[in-house]
Amino acid sequence: MIEIKDLHKSYKMGSNSLHVLKGINFKVEEGELVAIMGSSGSGKSTLLNILGMLDGADSGEYTLDGVPIKNLSETKAAQYRNKFLGFIFQSFNLINYKSALENVALPLYYQKVPRKERQEKAMKYLERVGLKPWADHLPSELSGGQKQRVAIARAMAAEPKVLLADEPTGALDSTTSYEVMDLIQKINDDGNTILVVTHEEDIAHMCKRIVHLKDGVIVEDKKVEQVRAEQYV
Amino acid sequence: MFNKDRWREIIEVLTTNVWRTIFTAFGVCWGIFILIVLLAAGKGLENGIKQDFGNIATNTMFMWTRATTKGYEGLPKGRRFEFKIDDVAALRDNVPNLRFISPRNQLGGFGGNNNVVRGIRTGAYNVYGDYPEIINQDPMAVTSGRFLNYNDINEKRKVAIIGQGVKNDLYDKDEDALGTYIKIQGVNFMVIGTYKKNSSGGGEEGQKEIFVPFTSFSQAFNRGEDVGWMAITANNGSSISQLKDKIVDVMKKRHKVHPEDTRAVGYFDLYEQYNRVESLFGALKAVAYIVGIMVLLSGIIGVSNIMLIVVKERTKEIGIRRALGEQPWSIKKQILMESIFLTLISGMVGIILGSLVIFGINSLLDSVGPVDMFMSPSVSVGVVTGALTILMVSGLLAGFIPAQSAIRVRPIEALRTE
Repeated sequence: MIEIKDLHKSYKMGSNSLHVLKGINFKVEEGELVAIMGSSGSGKSTLLNILGMLDGADSGEYTLDGVPIKNLSETKAAQYRNKFLGFIFQSFNLINYKSALENVALPLYYQKVPRKERQEKAMKYLERVGLKPWADHLPSELSGGQKQRVAIARAMAAEPKVLLADEPTGALDSTTSYEVMDLIQKINDDGNTILVVTHEEDIAHMCKRIVHLKDGVIVEDKKVEQVRAEQYV
Repeated sequence: MFNKDRWREIIEVLTTNVWRTIFTAFGVCWGIFILIVLLAAGKGLENGIKQDFGNIATNTMFMWTRATTKGYEGLPKGRRFEFKIDDVAALRDNVPNLRFISPRNQLGGFGGNNNVVRGIRTGAYNVYGDYPEIINQDPMAVTSGRFLNYNDINEKRKVAIIGQGVKNDLYDKDEDALGTYIKIQGVNFMVIGTYKKNSSGGGEEGQKEIFVPFTSFSQAFNRGEDVGWMAITANNGSSISQLKDKIVDVMKKRHKVHPEDTRAVGYFDLYEQYNRVESLFGALKAVAYIVGIMVLLSGIIGVSNIMLIVVKERTKEIGIRRALGEQPWSIKKQILMESIFLTLISGMVGIILGSLVIFGINSLLDSVGPVDMFMSPSVSVGVVTGALTILMVSGLLAGFIPAQSAIRVRPIEALRTE
């Protein structure tokens, strides 16, 4: 599903440049649930940005579902993001003047799905994350866990190939974190490919594979026995 | 463009900070208001001045004779000569595109002695010997009886049409003037009509004129074949200013005047005068547009400023939208539409306020009666459409820079701001 070869990325900080990613190689198969771990500054967010086509790599190859991602125009990148990727952020990033339902329907709006169909589909995903009764609520009327579940529903709505989660539990207490992870695991059980960036060990162990990043290189890449989040809920 | 979600979003964005939106809108509103009011004031002045021209045929020149200043064909300089009645036919034959040629003779004049007597009342009036066409060149409303006709001319009838002012002087208030006689320099004329001129330029003087048939005038006052002066109007398609040289040349030739004698034939070109006034109003309108647009410009800059702030405030939101796959063009369109919507709405409010003020001035003018040099200020539909176009364009311009800066927002940077 995802294939990365010899990926390099550096940022210019004034006169000197900061080499963040120093040759990353890795592959993600369809249906995997991968945790990307590493301390801050290890380059995990940069990697996720490149995977999410929010940022470009300096050199190296990146193939997503057989499509080479290279030299994209902004328009093309927006199109690919919409079609291939779903984002889940640490700070939820819901649009605060739109209701839960409208937030979920947003990616479908960009796909020019007709209004009615959009609403129905969005409602279906809201139901799946268990928030159907909250469909008309604004994000400010929802709890942190609920917000993240709306964000997950939004990421799923466009039926992307890959879900990218950047510290999805970073802003949540542990009980809520496990609820969210439980949801992510269930989505993965349905066959969706998910990448989770985290620095929490217990969250990482709820995935099926852990990739450790340190100073811009992969230091460890291992399959793990998945801990089901269900038992903590 | 007209989908419901986009409009909902525009309304939502503009109503989040109502006071800010209102203050911004005020700038544009004020600009367009000034523009409309200035243009209307210019139009009012124009209407007022043009009222003074009345409905005189403006494509008209007046021509008279003076002493020659050059000797020619054995004739001395300083010779006086008169136009003759044959000159009218000669002009018809030699100059195309002339609509009316009215030869005129005149008695009395400004400050003249009393020349008209009725019973024990007397008065000093301008008495004209005229052809019936003169009513087209010097319009007047016949209030009773009739104007001159060709039977009067051919039969040299001693009939007269008198002005309202003359009637007021010579008759009692309720007296009927028709059929009575007045004595003009000792010759009796029967009054067959009264008129009133509505041109305020004529003023009092314009109402104190007497028109009699040209032929009877010539006979009664011994003018023979002479013509005092002529009023010549060109056809609508052609301008008298272009024809006047030819007309003067024909006259010079017929009266043996040196071709280079510029003084012998005098004339006054009403059309040129009118055009001068016309171009003055053109300049006035240009000034109104410049001032209005300058004021509007500061309003537009205000809108642009606010839109920049809006974009800044929504950096994160724009980042999220882009991460979710919104096309850059769509974001740009959103900002542009917000800007155009804001300018257009506030501009319309400005237009409405301006119209109300104009309406107010008009009803005030109506209630206090006519004011000198100012009449019914108004703006045409064309001006309003023009103003709306200006607003549309300026909304687009105001939104352009903010929209550009919105699509320059990189999703990662936007999402990083916590």
